[in-house]
Amino acid sequence: MSLKDTLSPFYAWKRALEKPFTIKKPVEEREGAPRYRGFHVNDIEKCIGCGTCEEICQNEAIDMVPVDFIHVEKGDSGLRPQIDYGRCCWCALCVDVCPTGSLGMSNDYIWATPNAEEWVFKPGVDDNPWKDDDKGYRRTDEAWLLDPKLTPMPVMEPDVRKHTFDEMAYGYEVVMAVEEASRCLECGICIDACPTHMDIPAYIKAIRENRLEDGLKLLYDTNPFSESCGRVCTAHCQDVCALGHNGEPIAIRWLKRYITDNTADRRNEILGIGQPLPQKEEHVAVIGGGPAGLTAAFYLRNYGYKVTVFEKHDKLGGMLRYGIPEYRLPKATLDREIQTILDTGVEVKYNIEVGKDVSFKEIREKYDAVFISVGAQIGTQMPIEGSDTPGVLSGVEFLDRIAEGERPDLGERVIVVGGGNTAMDVCRSSVRLGAKDVYVYYRRTEAEMPANVEEIEEAKEEGVKFEFLTAPTKISKEGDKLKIECIRMQLGEPDATGRRRPMPIEGSEFTILADTCIMAIGQKVDSSLAEGTEVKVTRWGTFEVDPDTLQTNVPGVFAGGDCELGPDDAIHAIADGKKAAYFIDKYLVKRHDLKAEPK
Amino acid sequence: MKSRKSSDIIENSPMNDSILKKQAAVDPWEPVWAEQKKFDLSSGKYVKIWQGPQHPGVTGNMALELTLEGDVVVESRTHVGYLHRGFEKLMERRKYIQCFPIVCRICVPEPDFNEYLLATAIEELAGIEIPEKAAWIRALVLEMMRVASLTMGLGGQAGAFGLIPIGQWGVAHRDYVLDLFEELTGGRVYHMYIIPGGVRQDFPDKDFPSRVEAVMQKLEKLISDIEKVMFNNSVFKARAKGLGYIPPEWIEPYGITGTTARAAGVPIDVRKDSPYLIYDQLEFEKILGTASDVYERTLLRKEEILNSIRLIRQILKKMPKEGPVRAKLPNVLHWKIPAGETYVRAESGRGEMGYYMVSDGSEYPRRVHVRGASYTHAMALLERLAVGVSIADVAGLMVSLQTCPPEIER
Repeated sequence: MSLKDTLSPFYAWKRALEKPFTIKKPVEEREGAPRYRGFHVNDIEKCIGCGTCEEICQNEAIDMVPVDFIHVEKGDSGLRPQIDYGRCCWCALCVDVCPTGSLGMSNDYIWATPNAEEWVFKPGVDDNPWKDDDKGYRRTDEAWLLDPKLTPMPVMEPDVRKHTFDEMAYGYEVVMAVEEASRCLECGICIDACPTHMDIPAYIKAIRENRLEDGLKLLYDTNPFSESCGRVCTAHCQDVCALGHNGEPIAIRWLKRYITDNTADRRNEILGIGQPLPQKEEHVAVIGGGPAGLTAAFYLRNYGYKVTVFEKHDKLGGMLRYGIPEYRLPKATLDREIQTILDTGVEVKYNIEVGKDVSFKEIREKYDAVFISVGAQIGTQMPIEGSDTPGVLSGVEFLDRIAEGERPDLGERVIVVGGGNTAMDVCRSSVRLGAKDVYVYYRRTEAEMPANVEEIEEAKEEGVKFEFLTAPTKISKEGDKLKIECIRMQLGEPDATGRRRPMPIEGSEFTILADTCIMAIGQKVDSSLAEGTEVKVTRWGTFEVDPDTLQTNVPGVFAGGDCELGPDDAIHAIADGKKAAYFIDKYLVKRHDLKAEPK
Repeated sequence: MKSRKSSDIIENSPMNDSILKKQAAVDPWEPVWAEQKKFDLSSGKYVKIWQGPQHPGVTGNMALELTLEGDVVVESRTHVGYLHRGFEKLMERRKYIQCFPIVCRICVPEPDFNEYLLATAIEELAGIEIPEKAAWIRALVLEMMRVASLTMGLGGQAGAFGLIPIGQWGVAHRDYVLDLFEELTGGRVYHMYIIPGGVRQDFPDKDFPSRVEAVMQKLEKLISDIEKVMFNNSVFKARAKGLGYIPPEWIEPYGITGTTARAAGVPIDVRKDSPYLIYDQLEFEKILGTASDVYERTLLRKEEILNSIRLIRQILKKMPKEGPVRAKLPNVLHWKIPAGETYVRAESGRGEMGYYMVSDGSEYPRRVHVRGASYTHAMALLERLAVGVSIADVAGLMVSLQTCPPEIER
C-alpha cells in the first residue's frame, strides 16, 4: 500500500465544492428537448379517424372512440384515438405512420395525476396543459412509414391515343397490382364513401395474397358492374383515401379492374352463375336496362324472383354504353359483363319503350313490383339565342351517335361548352374524330370543374385547350361556320351549392368562329312514362321516392338511378339498383307499405 | 462480536492462492454445475442466504442462492425468472415493425444494441441497404451508448465496494450522454431510434456535434478524476486485485466475450474481428489486459470509455454531412419478409451481442433468439467464481462480469 494510493482518494473532496449536477426539481422546471416524445397531441381537424395508429400500436394502447362534436361524414369515421398511458411505450410509431400527419407528441413529460382514470385520454379532445404545444416529436417526410407514390398505370401515349378509340389504359401487371395493393392501410374509410359500400380493403387484401377468386366474389357482393367501374368509376373512395391526404390515394379503381380482367374467362364458374337459384313466384319488371336497372335485376334474380327488363334500345347498358366513349370503356368489356348478369336468367325485352310501346299501367298490373330506372338521357339546351342552330349538338346525343358506331365529321374547330365528365368525354372524342382545335369553354375556373382531375389532365395531354370563365351568349350561322359570341366571367358570391356564382364582365365580349359547338351542360330526366299515372314526379322531372327505401308514392313501384337522383355517375346508379333490389324483396316478402315499417 | 479491522478484510477477502489454483485446475469443459454438493445446514457450520431478487447489491432483479461458511461462499446458485418478460416469444406474435419498440427493453443500460441488431437482422433478411449516413449515425449512437453504459458501470463497480461518490458521478455523467440522446432521438433511456431502413431522423441541428464534444470533454475530466479516486485507491486495489480471476483457458468454453475476455488477454472484439457498419473505416486497437481479475476488468472498461470517446470524435469528423438517413420500407403494416435465417452480431459494452432471426415468409418473425454477453457471464461463470469469495465481495464480482438481468431473462 503506497502513500499515494492512500492520499489520492481524498481528491474526491474537491468535487464537493463544484456546482452540483442535479437541478432542484420541482422548483426548477427543465423543458424536454424539441424532439422529445412526451404526451400525444392530435390536430382534431386534420385527423380523419382512420385508426392506423391503433393498428400499429404493439401495446394496444390506442382505442378509436367516438367524439361528440365530430360528425361522421364521408372521409371521416368520426372516431378519434384515445390513449392509455399505462400501456403506451412512447415509441411514436403511431406518429410515424399517421397518414394525415395530425398525430404528434409534445415535449411535456412532467404531468402527473393520482387519478388512474385520467391517464386514459383523447389527445386534442380532452383538455391538457400541452394541448397546443408545437414542440415535441413530429414525423418528418423522411420518417413517414407509408408510401405516398402511386404505382402508375401504363397508358397509351397521347400522340397515339389521339387517333384511336381503342382503350387507352392497359391495366396493371401482377407486380404493379401487388405493389399498389400493399400500400393499403385497411382503414376502411373508403367503404363508407363508396355509394354501394364495396368492401375495398378486403378485395385489395385478396390481390395482395393472390386470391383473385375471392376478390371477384367480394366485388359481386356489392357491384355487378365491377369491370366497368374498374375503368370509369368516379372513385369516391379515392377522394377520401387516407393516403390521399399527404400523397396519392391508392388506385382502387385500377385494382378492381385488375381482379375482373384476370378472372374474366372464369367469371361465371367462380361466381357460381348458372347454378340453381331459389325459386320464387313473384315477377318484377325493371324499366330501363342501364346500370341501375341491371344491378337491381341481378340481385333480384339472385333473391329468386323472375325479372324482366324493358329496354328502349336494342342493346343494354344505358349510359355505360351510350354515354361513355369506347376509349374509356370498350364495348366488348361491357358486353361481357352484361352477359354475366343475363346468365343469371334475366329476361330482356329490347326495343320497347314503356309509355309508347306498352303502357305503364299494363306493366303495373302484370308484374308484382316495378323498378323504374330510365336514367337522365335528354341533353339540356342552353337558354341562349341560336342554341338550335344546325351544327350545335347536345353532348349526350353526340356520344350516343359515336356509341352507335357513327364517326361524324366535326370540321377543324370544335367548341365544347361545359365542365363535367360528359364535357371531357365529348372533347376527347372530338379529338379522336380528327378535329384540330378543340376548345372547352367553362364559366367557372378549373378548381370548380366537376370533372375528374385525371380526365382534365388527360384531355390537356391530348391537346384540348381550356378557356375558363367563359360562356357563350349567342350562336348564329356565318357562311358554313358557326359564329359564337362569348363573354368573360368573374366569380361572385357562393350560391346555394357552395360554388361561387359566375358573373359576366361588362365589355369583355368576343366572337369566335367554329365548325361545331357541342353543349355538354347537363342532362334531364324523361319522366313521360309517369304521365297519366299516380306516380309523383318532382319539379325537376325526377321521380319522387322515399330516400330510405326508393319506393315512390305508389306501393310496389320503385325508382332509382339518374331518373331519381338527377344526372349522376354510374356508381350511384348501381348503389340505387342494389338498394332497390333489397327493398323490393322486403316489399314482396311482407306485402305491405314499407313506409309504415319502423326504421 | 469481534469487530473487524480493515487490514483483516484486505488480507482475507480475496481468494487465496490455493483456491485460485484449485479453481484453475478444474477442466473448464467439466459440467461442474451438475455436481450437487450437500451442505448440512443443521450442523450450524453453514448458513444459506438469498441475495436478491430484490437486493441493492445485485444489478437488477436476479437472485443468488449462497451457502456460506462463515463469511466465505462455499456454494452459489443463480436463480433467474423474476424479470422474465418473454420478448422472444412476444416477437413471434408481432409484425416486424412492432418488434422495434420492444427490443430496446431487453437491456436497460444498452438498449441501442438491441435496436441495431433487430434492424440489421430484418434488413439482411429483407435485402434492404441502408443509406451511408445512417450507418455512421448508427455507429455514433452505439459508441455513445457504450460510453454511457460503461460510465455507469464504472460507478456501479465502485459503488459495489462502497465507493459511493464515484457511483453518483458515473450516473450523473451518464445523464449528460442521455441529454444528447434526448436531443437526437426524443427519448432518454429507450431511444427507439435505429429503425429498420436506417435511423429515424437526422441530427437535430448543425451544432449537435459540438454539444457531443462538450460532453466528451466532461467525461474525460471525470475519467481523470476516477483514476485518482478509484484506481489509485488502496482499498479498491486491495479488494479488487486478484478477485474473480478467470483463466484464459476458460474464455472459449464459457463463451466469455467483451472486456471480460480481453482482460484475460484473449483478443476478441467483434468491431475488429468482423467489422460491421463503418468500423473498418475507423482507427482503433483492441484493448487487452493480462491479470483477468476485477481490477483489470474495471481498468479495461475505463480504457474502453476513452477509446469510445476517440471513436466518437473520429465518426463526427469523417461522417458525411448530407444525405438521407432512412431507406424507404415497404408498407410496414403488411410487410412480409422473405423466408430465411440470419445471425447478426455486434460488440456491446458487455461483450458480443447477437440476434438469430428466422423468417418463414410471413408478416411475423418465426423465431428470434437473443444472444447476450451477460447470460453466459452471470449464469454459469458467476456460480463458479463466487465459490471461495467473501460475501462482501460477491456484489463487486457480479458487477465486474457486467451482469444485466433484463438481458439474461429478456
